[in-house]
Amino acid sequence: MNLYTYASPANFYVLAGKLVPWFAWGTGIFTVWGLYIAFFLAPTDFQQSEAYRIIFIHVPAAWMSMFIYLVMAFWGAIGLAFNTRLSFMMARALAPTGAIFTFIALWTGAWWGKPMWGAWWVWDARLTSELILLFLYVGIIALWAAIDDIKRGDRAGSLLTLIGAINVPIIYFSVKWWNTLHQGASVSLTKAPSMAATMLQGMLVLAIAAWLYTITVALIRVRRIILERERQTEWVKALLEKET
Amino acid sequence: MHRFLLAVLRRDLTLAARRRGDWLIAQFFFVMVASLFPLGVGPEPEMLARIGPGVLWVAATLASLLSLSRLFADDHHDGSLEHMVLSPEPTVLLVLGKSLAHWLIYGIPLLLIAPVLGIQFNLSWEAIWVLEISLLLGTPILSLLGGVGAALTLGLRGGGVLLTLLILPLYVPALIFGAGAVDGVMAGTGAEAHLSLLGAFLVLSLMIAPWIAAAALRVSLE
Repeated sequence: MNLYTYASPANFYVLAGKLVPWFAWGTGIFTVWGLYIAFFLAPTDFQQSEAYRIIFIHVPAAWMSMFIYLVMAFWGAIGLAFNTRLSFMMARALAPTGAIFTFIALWTGAWWGKPMWGAWWVWDARLTSELILLFLYVGIIALWAAIDDIKRGDRAGSLLTLIGAINVPIIYFSVKWWNTLHQGASVSLTKAPSMAATMLQGMLVLAIAAWLYTITVALIRVRRIILERERQTEWVKALLEKET
Repeated sequence: MHRFLLAVLRRDLTLAARRRGDWLIAQFFFVMVASLFPLGVGPEPEMLARIGPGVLWVAATLASLLSLSRLFADDHHDGSLEHMVLSPEPTVLLVLGKSLAHWLIYGIPLLLIAPVLGIQFNLSWEAIWVLEISLLLGTPILSLLGGVGAALTLGLRGGGVLLTLLILPLYVPALIFGAGAVDGVMAGTGAEAHLSLLGAFLVLSLMIAPWIAAAALRVSLE
């Protein structure tokens, strides 16, 4: 099977339509499973009592906010290098979800910060970089909105994503660069995690749920974008006649 | 190759010398924004010294954005920009030359004005000296990254405001290290670490920004 076939919007439209239900079901199953672990199985934390359960939403959202940005930069780079239309459409389809996850991460962070630190907001490095990430998302979406020409908009947005991508590693390493109020990362690949195994399990299951959710909505959104851009073509006309 | 760079530089400097009003506006904007802060937060010398480095750095970034929206706009308007991009010389050098010219026109006067504002903000001589070094390293970053924004927003409706939205997040590391250097010397922890990081960021910007700006310029002119 030649995977490059699916670089064509017409073929990818059909494939994405078939994939959406699978990812949607996966999202549902992993969300319910993860929330069950988070609220019923995970033990109450000895220092932070029940309020720590916000991390089950907060950490996956924060991971996804950074990961989606990198995926956008990846698709932007592919699009700029190989001039593939579908890559730019993927980048556009991902941006709103990334912005929403960034917002959720900031919002839940504030809810967690109030009982733990006694403040809704502190100007700590990680919070600040997450806020800057939100600004970057907003800037990219605003640039797309301001450019009417699709081709120019695609390329300009991707260039901005690429130069902003330098910011994402700064977010991640900011914990080590500036030593401030925010606690260091609890999950690391090199040493044993400093939390109970069930807590880690719940967080990972919800991270997978967030990941599947992102794929589901990105595919739904990219199908809409494909239809909008290819509306002059024969296959879209045939498709619309069949559906109506 | 460097003859082309020099030609771009000479052209932009000549144009700036003939239209003095244009670039003086940015300098007065810098002075005014900085002068508004004591009126807003009160005249206590200790507090002014505390917020001074940050205020001067924020005012410098805003002043650079004010002048950056014009970086390519005038040449785009009369069509000369397209000819320069179409010429056999590399677009990267064109962008680099224009960014350097922007820094010479806007950054150097800023360096001359900053000590006066530093005195107004009750900064010590040592702090003013570090502020000068941090601005010397930091303002070229603003011109280089701003070139990317100016190229991306070329000819768009409300391009100036959009440029601010796109570029301010990218200025953040320069702002943190620049103001942090002055804070460091005032707190007695030294400024070397911040200045080194600022220098590293300058080198990184110099290596990446002109290429992205040149690509953006070609996209905008298509």
